[in-house]
Amino acid sequence: MEKVLDTALDWLQDRTGLVKPFMHVMLHPVPRKSTWAYVFGTAIMTAFIVQLASGVALSTMYVPSGGEAWESVKWITEKVPFGAWLRATHYFGASAMIIFVGCHAIQTYLYGAFKFPRELNWITGVFLLFLSVSIAFTGQVLRWDQTAVWTVAVGAEQALRAPFVGPILVRVLCSGDNVSSASLSHFYAMHVFIFPVLLIGLIGLHVWLVLHHGISEPPTPGKPVNKDTYREEYHELLKTDGAPFWPDAAWRDAVFSVIVVLGICACALYFGPPMIENPPDPSLINAEPKPDWYLTWYFALLALVPAGIEDWFILLFPVFLVVGMLTPPFLSNSGERSARRRPWAVAIVVVVVGSVLALWQEGINEYWTPKFAAKPVPPAAIGATTGPIAAGAKVFNDRGCLFCHAISGHGGRRGPDLTDVGERLTHDQLTVRIVNGGVNMPAYAGNISPKELEDVVKFLESRRPHDKNNESNEPSEIKPSDKKLQETGASATDQQGNKH
Amino acid sequence: MCCSDPQKEEPKISVDWSRVLVSRDEFFKVVAAVSAAFIGLVVAIPGIGFAFGYFLVPRQEDWIKVGPVDKYEPGKTVDIVFTDTTGTPWDGVCAKRSAWLRRMEDGNFEAFAVNCTHLGCPVRWEAGAELFMCPCHGGVYYSDGHVAGGPPPRPLHKYPTRIANGQVEIKVGPVLAEG
Repeated sequence: MEKVLDTALDWLQDRTGLVKPFMHVMLHPVPRKSTWAYVFGTAIMTAFIVQLASGVALSTMYVPSGGEAWESVKWITEKVPFGAWLRATHYFGASAMIIFVGCHAIQTYLYGAFKFPRELNWITGVFLLFLSVSIAFTGQVLRWDQTAVWTVAVGAEQALRAPFVGPILVRVLCSGDNVSSASLSHFYAMHVFIFPVLLIGLIGLHVWLVLHHGISEPPTPGKPVNKDTYREEYHELLKTDGAPFWPDAAWRDAVFSVIVVLGICACALYFGPPMIENPPDPSLINAEPKPDWYLTWYFALLALVPAGIEDWFILLFPVFLVVGMLTPPFLSNSGERSARRRPWAVAIVVVVVGSVLALWQEGINEYWTPKFAAKPVPPAAIGATTGPIAAGAKVFNDRGCLFCHAISGHGGRRGPDLTDVGERLTHDQLTVRIVNGGVNMPAYAGNISPKELEDVVKFLESRRPHDKNNESNEPSEIKPSDKKLQETGASATDQQGNKH
Repeated sequence: MCCSDPQKEEPKISVDWSRVLVSRDEFFKVVAAVSAAFIGLVVAIPGIGFAFGYFLVPRQEDWIKVGPVDKYEPGKTVDIVFTDTTGTPWDGVCAKRSAWLRRMEDGNFEAFAVNCTHLGCPVRWEAGAELFMCPCHGGVYYSDGHVAGGPPPRPLHKYPTRIANGQVEIKVGPVLAEG
């Protein structure tokens, strides 16, 4: 039997010449110590294969037409066997790709694997990272629901900030002057043809480079990369402490890939496909566009950046990201590889990961958005059913104050919480603020009547929860802790009195 | 023996032909390069021209009728929905557009784009507050479109309006590209 197989292989080698190179790749030696930290690259590949399979399947039903794409996605989800499953795995496969691209980048950075002679491994990897995010983003647009349409509009508005070329970029992004069917078709072509072809080509180059230079060995502190001797040392290491990729290293890749696929399936089963909400009708204006989870941190960043530097930020931050990611091999491609001897590298990873997580958290909470669905402050919290305080509460509830300010847990968080504003601001300060507005607050001078103003100020003045709790609802009494304040207040009046 | 000086011979024509003619090798290189460039251009120009064809189409604008004047109450800001006629026939619902139309006390009309000038999200008219509010980052505008608070850098984009034969019309063009 073995003889027959040998003869068959010999014939194949003779006629194709491919058997030997294949064996060479499978059996190439890898450092024996390159173990579980080295599985992320394969994890990305596995997720990408899930994407190719599910994506090609989905494309057999999906209709990239402005008027019908949303319907076809709904149809795929609700009517087609395996449709919901394929959409879910395609979504979580994309998520897995993004997560493992991040893990892979962090691992290779901390291991100093971008140093000589693997600089191009890193650089092709950086392009693969941005391509992965781009293909995920264009995929989100293909859902062509309300969020997708507004996401393109928001993207275009950001591109518009670019000097001189802004309007040109907008036209490129929308493939015309407005978000339309043409925009969708162009995103479709990018998502299913252009980006996959680029990805496959770059993955090929990336894997070729990995094979060409060999998988980097885990770094040893105090053993820096010397460009003159590194290659020799590496080949020596392979001889003394190397193992064939197949099967000594491949089994770990296989096991981890199974975990990845199981993870994708588990998420698909548990969460189901991403929601497709309202149709892509731009005249439905009650939209709150939000990107998928992997860009939530960026969305938060755009919300939190100070208005004064916003233009520059929108333009330069993406450039900064690309350039920043590309720099490591240019800054230092020799020397220490171990993270223990590269405190700045560790600090950078901690700061970047920490910032992304913190921004992500902010992006989920979205305190900067007015809460249009806020429930009015209830009578129990108002503390009065008639009189100016009740009238003022009505103004607060009806005039939009509620969208941005919370009182006793009712309302938005865009502006300061006003639950205890009566303890912080005086009657006059409240009036001035409402009439004149602030940086983020409209000036209400022209929007409310003097009577309404007086009422709402009375209502806000009565927001003194600490008085209530401690002094059993007797506003005239003075709290011990407030005595000093009261005294200084009194002395101020005295001084004014003296002047007159 | 008059004119020609036997000592002074006519200089022979001597041309360095290797500098004029190309060698066989060089000729083949040029043929290969030109062929590749020719095929490349023939394939690329129409493809790129098609994919970016929207740059060759003139900017489109249209006066769109949004209903009789009397339909609109003075002092009220309302959502008007119309269809963008500049797209493709298969645009479907994504060709629908909204704008905020206000009939002012003096009888004139003002039409605002729904796009927030900050990042383009659709602003809502909150009749109680008499303010436009953006759900994305809390941009706020007064009823005349001027910025009341938050991050927007400019007032809301205004569409030109006119009244023709008792009908209110607004002039709609590329909203996004103008900001």
